[in-house]
Amino acid sequence: MLPMVELTIFALGILLIDLMVPREWKWINAAGAFVGVLFAAFCVWRIQSELPRGAVGFYNSLLVDRFAIYFWYLFLAGAAIAILMSVRYLEVEDEHHGEYYALLLLSVVGMMCMAAGIDIVLIFIGLELMAISTYVLVGFLRRDLRSNEAALKYMLLGAFSSGIFAYGLSLFYGLSGGTNLVVIARAVSAPQNLRNPVVVIALLTTMTGLLFKIAAVPFHQWAPDAYEGAPTSITGFMSVAVKAAAWAMLLRILVFGLWPLRSVYTPVIVVVAIATMTGANFAALTQTNTKRLLAYSSIAHVGYMLLALVAMGTSQPGSPGFSDGFKGILIYLLVYTFMNLGAFAVITSLRQRNVIGDEIDDMAGLYRRAPVEAVLMLLFLLSLAGIPPAAGFLGKYYVFLSLIESGHYGLASLGVLYSLFGLYYYLKIANAMLMRAPMETERLPVSLGMRCAVGVTALGTMVIGVYPEPFIRGVNWSLGIVQSPHVAAMVK
Amino acid sequence: MQSHILSIILFTPLVGGLVLLFVPKENKDALRWIANIFALGGFLISLPLVPMFWAQRFEPGFKFLEGTPNNWIPSIGAGYNLGIDGISFLLIMLTTLLGWISILSSWTAIEIRVKEYYVWFLVLQTGMLGVFMALDFFLFFVFWEAMLVPMYLLIGIWGGPRKLYAAIKFFLYTLFGSVLMLLGILFLYFHHHTVLGVFTFSIPELYKTAPQIPFHYAIWLFVAFFIGFAIKVPMFPFHTWLPDAHVEAPTAGSVILAGVLLKMGTYGFVRFSLPFFPAVVSHPKVQSWMIGISLVGIIYGALVSLMQKDMKKLVAYSSVSHLGFCTLGIFALNSMGLSGSVLQQINHGISTGALFLIVGILYERRHTREIAEYGGISNVMPVYATITMIMFLSSMGLPLLNGFVGEFTILQGAFTANWRWAAWAAPGVVLAAAYLLWLYQRVFFGTVTNPKNEKLHDLTPREILTFVPLIIMALWIGLYPKPFFQILEQPVNQIVQTIHDNSNANAPVNAQAAPAPSSRSKASN
Repeated sequence: MLPMVELTIFALGILLIDLMVPREWKWINAAGAFVGVLFAAFCVWRIQSELPRGAVGFYNSLLVDRFAIYFWYLFLAGAAIAILMSVRYLEVEDEHHGEYYALLLLSVVGMMCMAAGIDIVLIFIGLELMAISTYVLVGFLRRDLRSNEAALKYMLLGAFSSGIFAYGLSLFYGLSGGTNLVVIARAVSAPQNLRNPVVVIALLTTMTGLLFKIAAVPFHQWAPDAYEGAPTSITGFMSVAVKAAAWAMLLRILVFGLWPLRSVYTPVIVVVAIATMTGANFAALTQTNTKRLLAYSSIAHVGYMLLALVAMGTSQPGSPGFSDGFKGILIYLLVYTFMNLGAFAVITSLRQRNVIGDEIDDMAGLYRRAPVEAVLMLLFLLSLAGIPPAAGFLGKYYVFLSLIESGHYGLASLGVLYSLFGLYYYLKIANAMLMRAPMETERLPVSLGMRCAVGVTALGTMVIGVYPEPFIRGVNWSLGIVQSPHVAAMVK
Repeated sequence: MQSHILSIILFTPLVGGLVLLFVPKENKDALRWIANIFALGGFLISLPLVPMFWAQRFEPGFKFLEGTPNNWIPSIGAGYNLGIDGISFLLIMLTTLLGWISILSSWTAIEIRVKEYYVWFLVLQTGMLGVFMALDFFLFFVFWEAMLVPMYLLIGIWGGPRKLYAAIKFFLYTLFGSVLMLLGILFLYFHHHTVLGVFTFSIPELYKTAPQIPFHYAIWLFVAFFIGFAIKVPMFPFHTWLPDAHVEAPTAGSVILAGVLLKMGTYGFVRFSLPFFPAVVSHPKVQSWMIGISLVGIIYGALVSLMQKDMKKLVAYSSVSHLGFCTLGIFALNSMGLSGSVLQQINHGISTGALFLIVGILYERRHTREIAEYGGISNVMPVYATITMIMFLSSMGLPLLNGFVGEFTILQGAFTANWRWAAWAAPGVVLAAAYLLWLYQRVFFGTVTNPKNEKLHDLTPREILTFVPLIIMALWIGLYPKPFFQILEQPVNQIVQTIHDNSNANAPVNAQAAPAPSSRSKASN
């Protein structure tokens, strides 16, 4: 909890400092936010080293175990890179306010609650904190109609789905008499619950909320518009950190809490996964706006991760199918953080005074205007497509391995075929960048912050791809979700 | 040095590519010189492999082993593990040679974005070498897929009028096969764990458990691998990417594509499909299907070549036909067919590589590949005409040159398995002669029909240099193929033995240890 408190303090501090700072010094807000993120990372590291077996707090509502710590690092990494991307971009957009960074930090606080919470109330609070901060951030470009529209769509659909989610959670409260996931797990574990219509309705409504947040078909409608309209740095942040937080919440609730109901929700996930991959991949084929294309690609990646969830749901907890599926989702989110943020960083850097820069045509001839960024963007696109030795392959590797290990050969074949679609639309961008003639030949000015962002993400994508061993070990370590003795004590 | 020679050979081109990154892109001559030095260096570094390998050629197993099975990613059982046997040794020598020749031939052909061109070419070189050297399936797959990227860029940036279409078609089509192969790899990996309790990607380890996979699973795995390799070879009907990719690629790209990349498909069959799934491969129905597709490829490829009006497309379709012979030899499942097939793959690399260079020479001068535009070229470019005739004869399988040795051995292997197969394949040889000789006649013989062709200048010394090694190899293999067959003897017999040991009960006995290779010199023919 210390990092959350500390991030809140930094956020409030930024709000205050912003009032006192003149226009040219607005980057102090960014610097403050960045320092806050680094400090929070340091706090997480302290917690990790001082509490090696995890800890439970706040009346058993918060469980800081290895799973939570892994996700906390992920959120902070995403936030840090997003801050680096944002500085110059906001100056160009003329919306450089401190509230941006404060809201960014506050949404990370919400995410941390979602990842570490095992009480449905805390999870919901974290969800809403993250969501509301993100709604405002999406609409941050006040003078841009698309931004306003995106924020409104996101907020309305988000509020609606949160309401359904809360309804589902309330049903579980009614069924179990408690709000802690452990209590709920015990309450639904009796076999006759599988046929209890209330349980099924509770499960389905809860899943609606969860699937909305990760933008799975058919609950994905908000994503393309929100991604397209939002400020590009926020799009990057949303596609990475918000998605990771939503997955953390989903894994907590479905695997940690509602595991006894897996025979009910796994078939639903199968259908949703197939629908997601199909809908997203087909829709992305015709996009001409890079942000929208990457939005649909995000949804497609969620489809692959849902396949890993299917593998988990149909395997025993100790079996390779389960652990590789779990590892797959975690590693996928890790590599996805780097490669997606990198891609969005390059798109963000295209925003100049006179050009918005988010159409594929704007990327034409990037090899002349910004050769390093063009090659790194190619790396990110190949990584997104899952071509080794870029890091993205590792995520797909684990997903397909878990499907094979749990015997879902048909789903595995479908998954690999859909990843071909992905290559086509990623190469559309690469084609424009590398093979078409540029419309203007002057150099693209890239700020220092942007260079750092692109550099860090490219380094991450390359290193994780070529030498993934330490990262796989890290994920193996974080799988200690069910090995925490506190959980064992509570479950008893 | 011996213990790391494979890594040195593997990474020399990549180091060259990295060095080129630091050369300013305006300095085109420096770029060309450095790229050529590294390419030639890559070839020269692989030469010490020849005597070292020759000394060990009869020993079983993989040689020059590097790395241990788990040293790269122990958590999943992948290792940086290199090693070669006779088959991959020949292919590696072919790759380093053709790599150098291709880079040499691009000197005047590439004028725009020269730096990127050479960098990507050298990266491609490393990728190809990695595929042949890898003894770990994860490593193999990484190189297999990574190698698609530079090829895609080479076609898409420096290619012909329809380069964008051809590049993306190539990438998607080949990737389709690769990802299905990935599923096969993962299944083998998991099956090994189920049987032996160990997670490993090491190929020699997987050789132990794969043949025992139950038939109803193995057949699907075979199909998964088959699609991946058949697209690469390419076998009919998965060949439709080839004409586009070959025609639109720059000359050097076509040389490398035809000379090396296509061999990866056949290499995959020999290295993986045959030893992993011997029961499936030796099943009469499966074998008949494979032979059938190969025969269709031979005849169809040759017939379509006959009708082409574009020289490069003609050569591209001739590749389909020639590689049909190679797959025929592989699926004959005896040591003559198999060793003939591997040798013919080398021969095809040499002769078709030369054919693409030949087409490229005319294209660079006249910027057209239409046969109708040419006629009587031998009057203005006699040296070129001579070299072309040599390589055409090599490609169509005239005795004294390399093509004959390979084709004869393959046909003999096919005949031993089933005489009808050889009977159907033999017309392919006739058709090859038909399209090549007809092409030669239309382009070279007679008088100069097109006034634009009167001022063409003959080959420059650099261009002659690109052909010399190929001619030497064509003559060497054609006149004295014994060393090559000796190199192939051990690995081929091992594969045939595996198939024989695990063959399907109702399959005819196909494996015959052939003493013939050592007597395959010209004198006894």
